Amino acid sequence: MDVWISIFISICAASTPLLLAATGELVVERSGVLNLGVEGMMIIGAVAGFSAAQATGNPYAGAVVAVFAGAVFSLLFAFLTLTLVANQVATGLALTILGLGLSGMIGEHFVGQPGIRMEALVLGLDAIFYISIALIGAVSWFLFRTRAGLMLRSVGDSHTSAHALGLNVIRIRYLAVMFGGACAGLGGAHLSLVYVPQWVEGMTAGRGWIALALVVFASWRPARLLVGAYLFGAVTIAQFHAQAVGVAIPPQFLTSLPYLATIIVLVLIARNRRLTMINTPAALGQPFVPDR
Amino acid sequence: MKKTIFALAASAAALMTTGAMADGHAKTKACFIYIGPTGDFGWTYQHDQGRKSIEAAFGDKVETAYLENVPESAEAQRSIEKFARSGCNIIFTTSFNYMDPTNKAAGKHPDVKFEHATGYKREHPNISTYSSKFYQGRYIQGQIAAKMSKTGVAGYIASFPIPEVVRGINSFVLGAQSVNPDFKLKVVWVSTWFDPPKEADAAKALIDQGVDIITQHTDSTGPMQVAAERGIKAFGQASDMIKFGPKTQLTSIIDEWGPYYVSRVKAVMDGTWKQQDVWHGMADGNVVMAPYTNMPDEVAEAAKKTAAAIKDGSFEPFTGPITKQDGSVWLKEGEKAEVGTLLGMNFYVKGVDDKLPQ
Repeated sequence: MDVWISIFISICAASTPLLLAATGELVVERSGVLNLGVEGMMIIGAVAGFSAAQATGNPYAGAVVAVFAGAVFSLLFAFLTLTLVANQVATGLALTILGLGLSGMIGEHFVGQPGIRMEALVLGLDAIFYISIALIGAVSWFLFRTRAGLMLRSVGDSHTSAHALGLNVIRIRYLAVMFGGACAGLGGAHLSLVYVPQWVEGMTAGRGWIALALVVFASWRPARLLVGAYLFGAVTIAQFHAQAVGVAIPPQFLTSLPYLATIIVLVLIARNRRLTMINTPAALGQPFVPDR
Repeated sequence: MKKTIFALAASAAALMTTGAMADGHAKTKACFIYIGPTGDFGWTYQHDQGRKSIEAAFGDKVETAYLENVPESAEAQRSIEKFARSGCNIIFTTSFNYMDPTNKAAGKHPDVKFEHATGYKREHPNISTYSSKFYQGRYIQGQIAAKMSKTGVAGYIASFPIPEVVRGINSFVLGAQSVNPDFKLKVVWVSTWFDPPKEADAAKALIDQGVDIITQHTDSTGPMQVAAERGIKAFGQASDMIKFGPKTQLTSIIDEWGPYYVSRVKAVMDGTWKQQDVWHGMADGNVVMAPYTNMPDEVAEAAKKTAAAIKDGSFEPFTGPITKQDGSVWLKEGEKAEVGTLLGMNFYVKGVDDKLPQ
C-alpha cells in the first residue's frame, strides 16, 4: 500500500470519533445546553456497539445499537438538567463518571474477546467515516439554512425570548441533547468496531474531553469543527511518523503537539473577540424555568 | 452547628475504623492500587489475576480490595492513604511512579506493610519492592524477531523512558543482534501506558515506515490487532494475546504475580513479613512465555533453548561484549551487568534507531 494513502487513512480513523462526538456536542451547545458527559456517552456507545455486534455477529447492528444507547443515556442528563433543572456542569460530569463505571460493568464479560471489524467500504474507509463527513455537512445546512435550525439557535441565544415567541424550549433542548448522545454513541462505536475492534474499560481514553474542547476551538461553527478534528488527528499521526523516521525532537514534545496546536489556534481565534461573541450561544449553560 | 455535625461524623468514623481493626485481626486485608482498569487485558489485568489467586489461596481468611485507574499524581497519594486508614494490612502499589507516594505513606503508617512494584526506593522498614525480569523474555523475542523479519527492522511501541522500558528495548536489540548484527529497531513513544487507539496509531505509523515485526511496552491489544490487519507478526504484552492475533502473535511475555502475592500475604498472616527487594525472573516462574506460534519449528526450538539457558542460569542477556549506542564499551567480553546499572538503565545499546528521551 502506498504510504501516503495509508497515512491518510490513519488520520481519518483518528479524527472520525472526535468529529462525531464534537458534531453532536456542537448542536447541543447551540441549543444552549452544556453537556460535559460526552466521554461517558462515548464509552456507553463503545460498549453497547461492541456487545451488540458480538451478539448479532453484525457490526452495523452494533453501530445502530450504539446510536440508540448514546441517545437513551443522554436522556438521563436531559431529564435531570431540563426537567428537574439540575446544574448542567455537575450533571455532565456525573454522566461521564457513571458512563465509565457502567460500561465497565456491562463489558466485563467481553474483556479479552476480539471483536468483529466493520470492514472498509470504499477507498479503505468505513461506513462510520462517511457518515461523520455527511453529518457535519447536514448539521451545517440544518443550523444555518433551515427554519428548525434557526429555532434551535434562537433557543440557545435567548431561551426567554424564544419562549415568548411560543417555541417549546424544553422540547427543542431535549431533542438536541439526544442528538448529541446519538453522535457520541456512534463515535464510541467507531472506536470499538473500527479503530480497535475490542472492548476494554476506559478505551475512549479522554477523547470525549477533546471533542468538547474542539467545539470551543471551532467557535461553534461546523466547518471549523471539521478542520479542528482533522488538524488534531493529522498532528497525532504525523508525530508518530516523525518518531518512527527518527526526527531528533524529544518525543515528549511531539506527543504534546496535537494539544499545543489546538491551544495555539484557540488563542488565535480568541483574539478576534467580535467573531467569538457572535458565534457563542448566549444562553449556554443557563438553566431555563418556564413561568407558568 | 456545622462544627458539631463534623465532630459527630468524625467520631462515628473513628468508631467504625476501630471496629474494622478489631475485626481485621481475624481477616487479613490485602489492598491493591492499579494504574489501569482491571479489564485492560494487560498489565493491570495480570495484577488483578494475582489478587484473585490470593482469594483462591486463603478463602475466608482474607479480604481484598482494589482501586483502579489511579493516576500517578496527587490522586495516588490520596488513594494509598485511604487504603492505609481503612484497615488494609498490606498494600500493593503496582506502577513505577507510585514510588514516592508509597514511601510517604509507609512513613506515616508503620503498622501497614507496603509493597511497591518496579521501584527501588525503600525509605522505611515497612516497605518492600518487587519486580520481574521481563527483559529476559524480551531477549528471546529479539532473537525470534531477527529470524522472522524480512526487512531487518522491528518496531517498538514504548510508554515512558523509565529504566524498566529502556532495559526491555536494549534486551530486545541484543537478542536480535545475536542473530543478525545489523538488525535495527525503531522506537515510538506514546507517553501513555494505556490508550488502545493511540497504541494502534503508533503501530500503523511503524508499519508504514517499513517495520515488519511489532512489539510493545504498553498495555492494550490495539497494536496486536493492527499487526493482524496488516498481515505482519507481533509480540503480545503482559498477558497471552493470541486471541487477538491467531496468525500474528509469535509469543507473549506473561506476567505471573500470583505466587509472589500469595507468599507475601502469607508472611503477613504468619507475622514473618520482612522488608526485601526481589527481582524474580523466568527461573522463578514470574516471567512466562506464551506458546511459540506462527513461526517455523527451528525458530521455536532456538527460542526454547535460550529460555532454558536463562532459566537454569547458564545465560544472562546482559553479558558482554556490549557496546553503548554512542560507541563506547559498556561490558567487556564475558562481563555481567551490575544489578544497579540495570535497575537505573538510562542509555541505549548499539543498534537502536532512536535518541533516548531524557
